[in-house]
Amino acid sequence: MNEDTSTAILDDYKYGFFTEIEADSAPKGLNEDIIRFISAKKKEPEWMLEWRLKAYRWWLKKSEPTWPHLKYPKIDYQNICYFSAPKTNVANPGELDPEIASTFERLGVPLHERDRLAGVAVDAVFDSVSVITTHREMLKEKGIIFCSISEAIQEYPDLVKKYLGTVVPYTDNYFASLNSAVFTDGSFCYIPKGVRCPVELSTYFRINALDTGQFERTLIVAEDSAYVSYLEGCTAPMRKQSQLHAAVVELVALDNAEIKYATVQNWYAGDKEGNGGIYNFVTKRGHCRGARSKISWTQVEAGAAITWKYPGVILEGDGSVGEFYSVAVTTNKMQADTGTKMIHIGNNTKSTIVSKGISAGESVNSYRGLVQVLPGARNARNHSNCDSMLIGTKCSANTFPYIESENESSVIEHEATTSRVSEDQIFYLKSRGLDEEDAISMIVNGFAREVFKQLPLEFSVEAVRLLEMKLEGSIG
Amino acid sequence: MSNEQPYFEIRNLHAEIEGQPILKGVNLVIQQGETHAMMGPNGSGKSTLSNVIMGHPSYDVTGGEIFFQGRNLLEMETEERARLGLFLAFQYPVAIPGVSVAKFLKSAFDAVHAEKKTKSSEFLKMLRDNLAYLEVDDSFVNRALNDGFSGGEKKRMEILQMLTLQPKFAVMDETDSGLDIDALRVVSQGVNKLRSPSFSLLVITHYERILRYIHPDHIHILIDGQIVHTGGPELVKELEEKGYDWIREKFGQEVLAS
Repeated sequence: MNEDTSTAILDDYKYGFFTEIEADSAPKGLNEDIIRFISAKKKEPEWMLEWRLKAYRWWLKKSEPTWPHLKYPKIDYQNICYFSAPKTNVANPGELDPEIASTFERLGVPLHERDRLAGVAVDAVFDSVSVITTHREMLKEKGIIFCSISEAIQEYPDLVKKYLGTVVPYTDNYFASLNSAVFTDGSFCYIPKGVRCPVELSTYFRINALDTGQFERTLIVAEDSAYVSYLEGCTAPMRKQSQLHAAVVELVALDNAEIKYATVQNWYAGDKEGNGGIYNFVTKRGHCRGARSKISWTQVEAGAAITWKYPGVILEGDGSVGEFYSVAVTTNKMQADTGTKMIHIGNNTKSTIVSKGISAGESVNSYRGLVQVLPGARNARNHSNCDSMLIGTKCSANTFPYIESENESSVIEHEATTSRVSEDQIFYLKSRGLDEEDAISMIVNGFAREVFKQLPLEFSVEAVRLLEMKLEGSIG
Repeated sequence: MSNEQPYFEIRNLHAEIEGQPILKGVNLVIQQGETHAMMGPNGSGKSTLSNVIMGHPSYDVTGGEIFFQGRNLLEMETEERARLGLFLAFQYPVAIPGVSVAKFLKSAFDAVHAEKKTKSSEFLKMLRDNLAYLEVDDSFVNRALNDGFSGGEKKRMEILQMLTLQPKFAVMDETDSGLDIDALRVVSQGVNKLRSPSFSLLVITHYERILRYIHPDHIHILIDGQIVHTGGPELVKELEEKGYDWIREKFGQEVLAS
């Protein structure tokens, strides 16, 4: 490939607009008063505030991890605004501000009753607050709770108390501690025993305000034999300054329950010189607590200047199943260090890892994964497949697989390949009339197909388009 | 197309790869509707010629011109050449994992026949007819392009693409190598289906075997990057009997001397 084909340009991030809206924000900086401020804003009970403060005190004693294969300037945690809520001009609290509604409209997430997607219920989060949750009544009839986490803390304190922090404790890691201290909003889903959620549940996260971090917290609980499929999407305006996003997502699956969690992450990735973009430090973990339960993560990581995330599954229930399907695309100067953790505790547990990394421009794309089999886990099985594809000559791909098996009956298979989009492949497709961009897009989509087919149809189409958009201009 | 200019013409073409000269002044004229064969021993420049006609970036053209319907191909991108109606059946087709034959062919068809706006249903029907003609199972179209295909399957795939994309001028680069007699018959059958007064073909081959199925109007012998001899169908027999040494003895020395 020519030198010039590897220089990526990506200035046409179509979600990069900013919504002019008055906001109610906390002053910049982090201290106990700020945490009290957030908790008060959210009218939280005392126990919640206590938990936040404990997390904060823990966080103060820790330092940022240095092991990831990432380079970025030191984050100034005192120069971040930890709470920003849009001031709405509507009379009723249940109504949606038209400015915000049109923002989500532009993002392709219609919130008005008449335009809503039939099969998807949406929780829309704008900066630090959830602005609306759709389809609530219909879900309520089935006993399904789908609302913002702030509301859940007030309305369903017992449920929240029972599960919050049980999969990702506030002591888990630096960013999870920070999140536990200052988390603002996110979604809460609770699917009762035996209920199959009839629609896709979805949360759309939008960072709008300047210098504001988004610290969302999502908790999904599927009781015995319950089923839910959940989708998450995210975007942010284009800015010269970087912004921090440190989320925590916890999933709990009880006996025979199944949770499917899909993410299409398209945070602003910064410009081609590497200015601006979202720093995405995320802790996502599922806990297969019950026997024969199943949790699968599917992620399409296409944005963010820095991505640090390892959605994992703790396979505690006997016969439980964990899956991780990932496509991570990096262009320009983006850096991704992402993968999964599969912790086998129960007997006959099974995990599957399929990771497809695509690097273009001068980006760095690393897969980091852990497969751990504890001594008591009989007949654990894992199959991992980590493929990397390079476009151009200035990008790089790394694979860091960690395998720790302490039970001889386990079977662990790991395959990894690295390939370059070859000149011959491009020439072949060009000789059939496709231009270079279409040729590369076809090659890349073929490469990622195994992951895309895990996504619900509409999302899969969206993901393919996103990938094409991302790689547009990364060629020639 | 003007009357004076041939349908397809190569003028004094010189090309090299990694600084190594391969083609050293190739001249060739192919009129509309004609089938030509280009024969020559290994290393004579046959594959270079086909790659240069299609515009492979690894080859540097150091002199000469290639015209198709009055347009200078050397000034065009590979995909523009394809959209003009050029086709190359590859000697070693590459695999594109995860992309189905059907999806690939529909995209390619839409790219070269953008004006036709063919519906998927019509396209699939045409594709099935072509599959049947090439004695290939329908399930073929759901497989990933050339991924795990046998040598014979890859060659059939090339001919399937040629039948489907309906080029005006095709170059077949050693499509016959490595094919058993049945596959050769089927491949030839596919090629013959395309032959018409508006379709021109250049068959590049090492062996005379395929020429028993595809009867060329003209045969050229390429040695050391130059066409040293051109003749009619009778040349096939002569080559069969005497091999390339005869050609080399008769024409090679003076070529090398010049």
